[in-house]
Amino acid sequence: MESLVYVALFAPLVGSLFAALFGMSPKNLITGIATSALLFISWMASVLLLIHVAGNGAVSTTLMDWIGAGDLLIQFGFQVDAVTAVMMVVVTTVSTVVHVYSIGYMDHDKGFNRFFSYLSAFVFSMMILVMSDNFAGLFIGWEGVGVCSWLLIGFWYHKEDVSTDINPSISPSWAANEAFIMNRIADLGMLVGIFLIYWNTGSLTYDIFFASIPTMDDGLLVAIAIALFIGAMGKSAQFPLHTWLADAMEGPTPVSALIHAATMVTAGVYLVIRANPLYSHEAVEGVSLFIACLGTFVAMFAATMALVNRDLKRIIAYSTLSQLGYMFAAAGLGAYWVALFHLAAHAFFKALLFLGAGNVMHAMHDELDIFKMGGLSKVMKWTYIYMGLASLALAGIFPLAGFYSKDTILEVAINEDTYLIWFALWVTAGLTAFYSFRQVFLTFGGNERYKELGHHPHEMPNYVLIAMAPLAILAVIFGFVFMDSFQSFTSTVLPVYEMSHATHKIAWVFIILTTLIALSGIFYAYKKYGVGLIRDEKVEGSFVYKLLSNQYYIPKFYDSMFTKPYAEISDMLWKKVDLKIVDAVVDAIAKFIYFSGDKSRAMQTGNLSHYLNWMAVGVLLLAVIVSLSAVLG
Amino acid sequence: MEQFAFYLFSVLTIGLFLVTVLSNNVLYAMTSLAAGMVIISGFFFILGADFLGVVQLIVYVGAVMALYSFGMMFFDATREIKEKNTNAYLVFFLGGMIALLLVVMFSAPIAGEGIVAMYPTPEGANNPQAVGLVLFTKYLVPFEVAAVMLLVAMIAGIILAGKKMDNSLTTKDENHEEEMTFSLKDVR
Amino acid sequence: MIELSHYLIISGILFSIGVVGVLRRKNLLMLFFATEIMLNAANIAFAATSSYYGDLSGQMFAFFIIAVAASEVAVGLGLLIVLYKKQGTLDLDNLVAMKG
Repeated sequence: MESLVYVALFAPLVGSLFAALFGMSPKNLITGIATSALLFISWMASVLLLIHVAGNGAVSTTLMDWIGAGDLLIQFGFQVDAVTAVMMVVVTTVSTVVHVYSIGYMDHDKGFNRFFSYLSAFVFSMMILVMSDNFAGLFIGWEGVGVCSWLLIGFWYHKEDVSTDINPSISPSWAANEAFIMNRIADLGMLVGIFLIYWNTGSLTYDIFFASIPTMDDGLLVAIAIALFIGAMGKSAQFPLHTWLADAMEGPTPVSALIHAATMVTAGVYLVIRANPLYSHEAVEGVSLFIACLGTFVAMFAATMALVNRDLKRIIAYSTLSQLGYMFAAAGLGAYWVALFHLAAHAFFKALLFLGAGNVMHAMHDELDIFKMGGLSKVMKWTYIYMGLASLALAGIFPLAGFYSKDTILEVAINEDTYLIWFALWVTAGLTAFYSFRQVFLTFGGNERYKELGHHPHEMPNYVLIAMAPLAILAVIFGFVFMDSFQSFTSTVLPVYEMSHATHKIAWVFIILTTLIALSGIFYAYKKYGVGLIRDEKVEGSFVYKLLSNQYYIPKFYDSMFTKPYAEISDMLWKKVDLKIVDAVVDAIAKFIYFSGDKSRAMQTGNLSHYLNWMAVGVLLLAVIVSLSAVLG
Repeated sequence: MEQFAFYLFSVLTIGLFLVTVLSNNVLYAMTSLAAGMVIISGFFFILGADFLGVVQLIVYVGAVMALYSFGMMFFDATREIKEKNTNAYLVFFLGGMIALLLVVMFSAPIAGEGIVAMYPTPEGANNPQAVGLVLFTKYLVPFEVAAVMLLVAMIAGIILAGKKMDNSLTTKDENHEEEMTFSLKDVR
Repeated sequence: MIELSHYLIISGILFSIGVVGVLRRKNLLMLFFATEIMLNAANIAFAATSSYYGDLSGQMFAFFIIAVAASEVAVGLGLLIVLYKKQGTLDLDNLVAMKG
């Protein structure tokens, strides 16, 4: 079984290196096919591992010693248990689909080979992240996906840098840097957590850390929990580090589907789930509750921003943010398997949604404003079906995947007697249904506004549509086919979460409530946008609308609060400190040397007699020094 | 008697050498230098270094001064030397200070009386005998090296001042190599 | 009684005369003369120390100095002659070829 672990892990790396060989050459279809094939192999290995883990329990293996210094011994150890196996299958499934999809989507791009190299490198990093049996390996994967995300968001780095004032759609390089820097802030917290763990347990291996939790100080556990969660907040774009995710939509759409919906952003959730012995410890209850509250807040906060946005991809990005909030809410409430379940379900339908959006973008020549679309269902039937299914799943309509996962999260909120959280999440479910179908109706329904703009949309090639099918199927059936087996499977690793009897009894009430609000959201969206776009000046001019469409002015706030003062301080330091002190000192040294050289040049008269005089001066000085040192010494 | 000789010689050497250093006439300078050398050999005789004194007379007054006189034939010896001398105060200060410091430095161990003779003068031998004994036992190798050095110097002097050497040695021109060999042949 | 220090002082005086000559004169031939004076000054110091301590090493060094001086004169004079033939002068002020 070890060999399967290595196949699953290294197949993407091989693909990445292979594609990298062609990095600078023009488009070569073989790179796309080879990386996709290797990912398919990786997927198969992951599925086999999943089956093996289900039958025989976890597999763990050590590749080699990695860092050995004094007492520190970190090994390249990998551990495939239920959680890891689920993550691996989710990652490889979505990755494989996205790779195949990208062959079609990136068809005309100059950086075709480079793109596949990055994409496979990302999958490799993600695999390391989920498979490592210690925090050091996790951190390497964590940084690896960060770097790949940076590379891929900024894939079209040559696009000009336009400030947000001129164009709300910012440049990819700016977005990439924003994502990277935001993650640096969070990673500092993560590192502190890792250091604390090492400092107090002497090991970074999960099992050793978890085993020593009961003996550890309460305050220390809280500190570790907070530090690790800060890292998770950055990766999973939780408030207040959320702004990068929407801006990351500047990257190619397959990247958004893979990294910024299905896999990388869920790494934070994975971390919390993985560290469940820590977060379910009673000393850390406060932190867990905070995680749940923050998740709920982000779910609602992001959903409101999605209500009014006109950018196709940003709407989906905000919905991702919102769904990540759901996951954190579940994890914070202690229902780790529910969080993981929602993670998996969300990965499928959200990747499908993004890929559908990619189809639309491809058809509309990179036009993202949904107000300029409409009526696309006639020309893009399959995309319409896919996106409709994904939106239904997202809205949580029976019997699609989202219904099961989201409904269980709501049930958990009831079960924990946190009614406020339940209420917020319930409202958010309605908002979710509304904004997803607002988007669907504006894009595919109503009048054909794109015709005025001279677009000639066309459907994607068939193989791309077929490649998306697995995701569509999973988005539909994942809930009712896999939910029970998922629960029992993950219970080998994660704590079993049982609903109380009372909750069971009244669960149907809440199911109906949830379905009702989702349906009403869809209905309202249909009523408003189903026939066509009717713009209401009064609504659009209102304060709330402006607040939401400006993302609560948070980007502007960050800009004026951090970016601009930082730029000003940097500017001041450059002009005052660097130019006037540092540079001036260096210049002064150089000037002094020039000056002394210029003056002592006069010594070089070429006249031997003068040289002799100078020599005599030197001899005299030497003699003085010698005699002085003899006298003093 | 010894004191008288010492002071007389001292005054004479200082005076003669001052003439050498300050005179504008090459002939005067050389003559006074030769005279100074002779008197220095007088110092050696006072000190009981008879052999050294004789060598001083032969080598300096005989050979070196003869070389200078022959060398002088190439230059215009009778002409007054006109030169812009360096600032005298600076020169005297530097020279005086260096000499003073050297004397202080070298007399410091003497004052400390920490010196023991490495090669004491052999008993019952006069000075030339003693010199010979030490020179051909302890200092044989340096002596031979000095002999080789003198040979080399002699050859170098002959070549440099040789007859056909009126061509440039520094700038390379045609037939230069040939001329070199010719001149060597001529010398032989 | 003449002591060692007397000899060292006379040696120092002669040496300084030599240094003054080297520093002051501009004619290369005169520089050679001054060098000879310095060498002789050193010889006096050597011979005196040798005599006062009953050690012949000083005299040995004086011999070698004389040998070095003789070779120096032989080579040096040859060079001077070549230089004079080439430049027509031995004045250092006129032999400035490496002004920086």
